[in-house]
Amino acid sequence: MVEHDVIIVGAGLAGLRAAVELADTVDVAVVTKVYPTRSHSGAAQGGIAAVLKNADPEDSLEAHMFDTVKGSDYLGDQDAIEILVNEAPENIYELEHMGCPFSRFPDGKLAQRPFGGHSHPRAVYAADITGHAILHTLYEQCVKKKVRFYSEYYMISIFVRDGIMRGIMAYDLKSGRIEVFNTKAVLFATGGYGRAFKITSNAHANTGDGLSVVLRAGLQIEDMEFVQFHPTGLYKHGILLSEACRGEGAYLLNDLGERFMQRYAPKMMELAPRDVVSRAIQQEIDEGRGIGKKDYVYLDLRHLGAERILERLPQVYEIARDYLGVDATKEPVPIQPTAHYSMGGIPTDIYGRVIFGVDKKVITGFYAAGECACVSVHGANRLGTNSLLEAVVFGRRAARTIKEDLPKLKREPIPREDIEKERKYVESLFEGDSKENVAEIKAQLQETMTKNCGVFRTESQLKEALEKIRELQKRFKNVRVRDKGSVFNTDFVDVLETSHLLDFSEVIVLGALERKESRGAHYRKDYPKRDDANWLKHTLARRVDGEITLEYKPVVITRFQPTERKY
Amino acid sequence: MKKVFRIMRFDPEKDSKPRYVDYEVDVNEEMTVLDVLHEIKAKQDGSLSFRRSCRSAICGSCAMNIAGKNRLACNTQVVKLKKEIITIRPLNGFRIIKDLVVDFDTFFRKLEKVIPYMISKTPPPEKERLQSPEDFKKYEQFTMCILCGSCTSSCPSLWFNSEYLGPAAFVKAYRFYADSRDEGKEERLEAVSDESTGVWRCHVIFNCFDACPKSIDTTYAINQLKKAAIKGGK
Repeated sequence: MVEHDVIIVGAGLAGLRAAVELADTVDVAVVTKVYPTRSHSGAAQGGIAAVLKNADPEDSLEAHMFDTVKGSDYLGDQDAIEILVNEAPENIYELEHMGCPFSRFPDGKLAQRPFGGHSHPRAVYAADITGHAILHTLYEQCVKKKVRFYSEYYMISIFVRDGIMRGIMAYDLKSGRIEVFNTKAVLFATGGYGRAFKITSNAHANTGDGLSVVLRAGLQIEDMEFVQFHPTGLYKHGILLSEACRGEGAYLLNDLGERFMQRYAPKMMELAPRDVVSRAIQQEIDEGRGIGKKDYVYLDLRHLGAERILERLPQVYEIARDYLGVDATKEPVPIQPTAHYSMGGIPTDIYGRVIFGVDKKVITGFYAAGECACVSVHGANRLGTNSLLEAVVFGRRAARTIKEDLPKLKREPIPREDIEKERKYVESLFEGDSKENVAEIKAQLQETMTKNCGVFRTESQLKEALEKIRELQKRFKNVRVRDKGSVFNTDFVDVLETSHLLDFSEVIVLGALERKESRGAHYRKDYPKRDDANWLKHTLARRVDGEITLEYKPVVITRFQPTERKY
Repeated sequence: MKKVFRIMRFDPEKDSKPRYVDYEVDVNEEMTVLDVLHEIKAKQDGSLSFRRSCRSAICGSCAMNIAGKNRLACNTQVVKLKKEIITIRPLNGFRIIKDLVVDFDTFFRKLEKVIPYMISKTPPPEKERLQSPEDFKKYEQFTMCILCGSCTSSCPSLWFNSEYLGPAAFVKAYRFYADSRDEGKEERLEAVSDESTGVWRCHVIFNCFDACPKSIDTTYAINQLKKAAIKGGK
């Protein structure tokens, strides 16, 4: 048994920002399934939002707040959004002071560019590797502060009893051992779940482990039906091509060569929020105006000129070249919407504490931040550049809350039978031969989710998806780990990850099936209107005796009353 | 079209030394080496172990030796290799843990030795420190390093001296050395100038530059550090 006062699970932006905050004064360690610099925050490209007024003196905190509320289709909690935008500038300056290599304006200030759904240019960026730049900067600070990392430890379960978080169990890939960590506090920064979909911008590691582990522990997850589809995924691969392309002025073109966004968002055009643009692309494709009538359209950067493309969007250029053999300075790039981001997650209060139920009861010693959490600043649709911001702002906030709470927290013992139960579960996965192929089950799930739970949804599609998921869950019971070794057993990890995908995917589909309206990224063809009278509320899902049950809690509205959303 | 992938396998719980196993895979135009590894793991041998994550050449997990050269499996298209038998081995010069998975703890420990973070001795201003775009350009490309280990693994100086810090660590050191905001140049030069583990073990054969999947001019960075060290009498 390993003891630490605080364990952070996940080493992306939220986890590392929290670690930096805690390292000086607290016994903290980070448990992460990949080396910290491999975390998927590093793949974020376009920017991080903050009202610095470097590009536009007219920008204001109120504008950033309103854009985010409107972007969220009024489902975002406005108290949390206000914190997000208010704390943005100091968080960005802090990153700069840590050495983060942000791009600059000629006057030496941090450069800022336009981004979808933002009314002013406020995306601070490092070319098109903003996530990478911040991730490495925070890792450097962790090295400076000698943060203890348990790298390549895969979290299997958490121990929560009587509303108190007691610790976690993890598989150490290198030694092959299963380790139990007994703690006073656990912060989840476990990231997103794009791998439930076939076409996704997400890393292989993004399997929503934190969400399903929480579900298995009897706690809740919130607003899971809100899945963001990024408009510009590389055709067939789903790899992200930054919204910064359009921020810099790129066009979207259909088979007729039209800038079709004219029909969908005449004011903001290509820089409308992601839900709007993804639907527009999908509709063009569905109505036969995809390129060559196929399932993609063009992202055209050519008019920006080679120099600007190579300076501001070098990674986009490389990706198009290396994966499709397309020279983006000379040819348009084939793109299609790609599963990108999870607006939902583990419900927390504005201090980063994990909460439960409509009355928001705090789970003692349990915290969450970043994409795995739902605070909820993104509501039904996240604006680009607000995710890196959320990770940094709420990673820091959660760490500060932990510091405050620690004197009151004790290291509560983990009951022996709880540990035994988890160990037996692991052993059972190794017993006997596998009668099902785990890769095939995963592939079928991904196929179903992309086909039936995508940009557009209908009741019959969602019912089909639900049926398929339940069938796959049944078949999964016959899956066993084929590799019987203990060291670096990635087959074992695959099996656990696939079980996680199956668990939370059921919640996504159920939430989507129940929510009989269209809001943000959740679009029901059979209920195409937003319905504030019945659905201006957050979904809370929990699993009791194997059955998912849903309940709903109100949205926090402070300054902006819901109105029609037009761009 | 069918291709043979000759993969070096090593199971620390069974094998005394690595061995090669051939796998035949039907590949199409778009498949990357990483797709092939997934295909083999899914359909032929679930015990095959390799690291991967982002599959878009930014996380640095999947560096390995493919057809004789260190590359990322995720952005290497099979057809471009123009070979019937494609040999895949773990990164040279790193201890093998299992199959294509090598020990990176040593690599990250070396990185820590070059003081891989910004040193400020003056308190920061209220807002950002100013930096001209020209000054930013001086170190920008060196921030693109994804710490995949391709360069360090390709260097013969490492093969003969496992303590050698290697090009990835030097690129990190130079990234700060060339950053106008950094105030720790002396300490950092000291850290990279050790006679047996520092920049002087680099004999400028460009293997690292050739291996870098992000086309970073690693050799330039090392040479600049050498020049600065001479000037500074290190």
